Amino acid sequence: MTEQPAIRLDQVSKRFPGSEVEAVRSLSLDIPRGSIVALIGPSGCGKTTTLRMINRLIEPTGGRIEIEGVDVTSRAATELRRGIGYVIQQVGLFPHRTIAQNIATVPKTLGWDRARVDARVEELAELVGLEAEMLDRYPDELSGGQQQRVGVARALAADPPVLLMDEPFGAVDPIVRGRLQDELLALQTRVHKTIVLVTHDIDEAVKVADRIALLNVGGILEQYASADELLRTPANAFVEEFVGEDRGMKRLTLRLVSDLIVTDGAVVDAEADRSAVPPVLRAANSDWFGLTQDGRFLGWVSRQDYEAQPSTALADLPRALPAAQVTPDSTLRRAMEVIMTSDTSTAVVDDGGRFGGVVTLEQIRAGLAAPEGS
Amino acid sequence: MFDLPVLQARNPIIRWSYFVDEWDQIQAALQQHIELTVIAMAIGIVVSSALAGVALRYAWSLPPITAFSSFLYTIPSVALFGLLVPYTGLSRTTAVIPLASYTLLVLVTSIVDGFRAVPAEVRDAADGMGLTPRQRVLQVELPLALPYIVTGLRIATVSTVGLVTVAAIIGQGGLGRLILDGLRRAFWTPMTIGASLSIVLALLLDAATYGAGRVAMPWARRGRAS
Ligand SMILES: Nc1ncnc2c1ncn2[C@@H]1O[C@H](COP(=O)(O)OP(=O)(O)O)[C@@H](O)[C@H]1O
Ligand SMILES: [Mg+2]
Repeated sequence: MTEQPAIRLDQVSKRFPGSEVEAVRSLSLDIPRGSIVALIGPSGCGKTTTLRMINRLIEPTGGRIEIEGVDVTSRAATELRRGIGYVIQQVGLFPHRTIAQNIATVPKTLGWDRARVDARVEELAELVGLEAEMLDRYPDELSGGQQQRVGVARALAADPPVLLMDEPFGAVDPIVRGRLQDELLALQTRVHKTIVLVTHDIDEAVKVADRIALLNVGGILEQYASADELLRTPANAFVEEFVGEDRGMKRLTLRLVSDLIVTDGAVVDAEADRSAVPPVLRAANSDWFGLTQDGRFLGWVSRQDYEAQPSTALADLPRALPAAQVTPDSTLRRAMEVIMTSDTSTAVVDDGGRFGGVVTLEQIRAGLAAPEGS
Repeated sequence: MFDLPVLQARNPIIRWSYFVDEWDQIQAALQQHIELTVIAMAIGIVVSSALAGVALRYAWSLPPITAFSSFLYTIPSVALFGLLVPYTGLSRTTAVIPLASYTLLVLVTSIVDGFRAVPAEVRDAADGMGLTPRQRVLQVELPLALPYIVTGLRIATVSTVGLVTVAAIIGQGGLGRLILDGLRRAFWTPMTIGASLSIVLALLLDAATYGAGRVAMPWARRGRAS
């Protein structure tokens, strides 16, 4: 018996009045508690409709939606919505209310007392990274990215367990979007909400979602899987085309260097005798060797320099700058970039400067061949 | 209707002693004028709010409502008084009905435009956060419609103050009575006073409405972020 999902869509359908076809057809989806699920698909495939059926801004014409096992239609719609955060692309802040008042909307509606509301507003401003002086401003006085943060803070105000987000970062420029995505991920590690996020951007889905539901026109579920699985084994031609030709490259952004089994590579201690070098180079079949000192990585030295300066101590040989290295939590994409753009080998060095091996293209290829977490 | 005597050139535009002698009259006329204006506006606001509410709820009803309000607006006030006298007599009611009717076109239009100008995403956010329809209208849509509504109120107020002068012909007093009195007696002073006070009153009420709007819309006073 598996754990009950936070949200369950059971054969949900929606046919709009006056429309021949169903916008969403018999969609079943279990959304696990505390996870971020991305609803993705081409324009008009029913993503927004699906999302809005969860908080009953749209009423389904068939099927059943449960939150924590309770049918959403068993409660008054307004009461239900106060317990569900809702964030939209256009943000929809109330222009006549200050940022603090905007954030306080649901707590006030729920009748919280003033002190509690004020404390909560401050807490949320901190949580989403808004400076306190923004709180007395009006929405028009904020940038697009700041407004979107307020939108998220407002949705989280009454601490709802579920957050619905409809293309929340679609209206900001790519740099701000990337930052907001990072902030959402950081936020999620603190709040552990069940988040349903609508997007049409596969990269966004791959970056932020634990699971991706790929819909086709008519709200037909083509595949529901982790990003890695979706990219590694697309269920059909539609999925394969949607995720793009570069799905292998996209998977590189999902995996970390720490997922790989790295080799020691050609490395010698800086205090060692020069005679230690040739066997190491031969064993690794390499023209570069790394120098370490007490386990800390110092840099890369070429065979050429080693041979050209026969009487120089290892520690005094010239090293290639900047030293090609990545951290264990670098993505494989980053590792590949470093490998491709440097002549030397590429070292794995942790934040404390300790040498953890070398990473090669061969290891990356081997790592991608296996599913995530194996 | 009146036999207007020719005004004489020597007749001064204003005779200041009139103020002292007829102060009670002037004050009473001003008070009646304000009362008629306020009553007509109040009724106009209530009726147009109801009509705008219907128009916003049932989109098909806006054209007939606008047509009806326009039709009322086209009837000359004197003719409307004449039509009403057989039913409501030479009463304040007879004066107020046309005055209130004339406000409907501009007020209904401004309320409807104001509510329609509320951004769809703001309405969506209000619903999505679980505000009831009533909370949404009062807390979100009405404040955001205010710029339009205040403009409508200003136009309606200024035109009502001017129109109230006509109520004097059915004996309902107001500053129009001073003007009529001056015309009858070929005496500039009451006419000047009546007309000037009417203008001043219109300007004051306009300024007051504008000021109240500014106070009610602090967000509109702030500069925009670039
Ligand atoms: N209120 C509505 N009335 C009629 N049809 C609608 C309405 N909302 C959406 N649709 C239709 O339903 C389909 C799915 O729309 P939507 O859920 O907004 O798509 P998406 O968010 O994936 O782009 C589209 O064909 C759209 O035209
Ligand atoms: Mg959409």
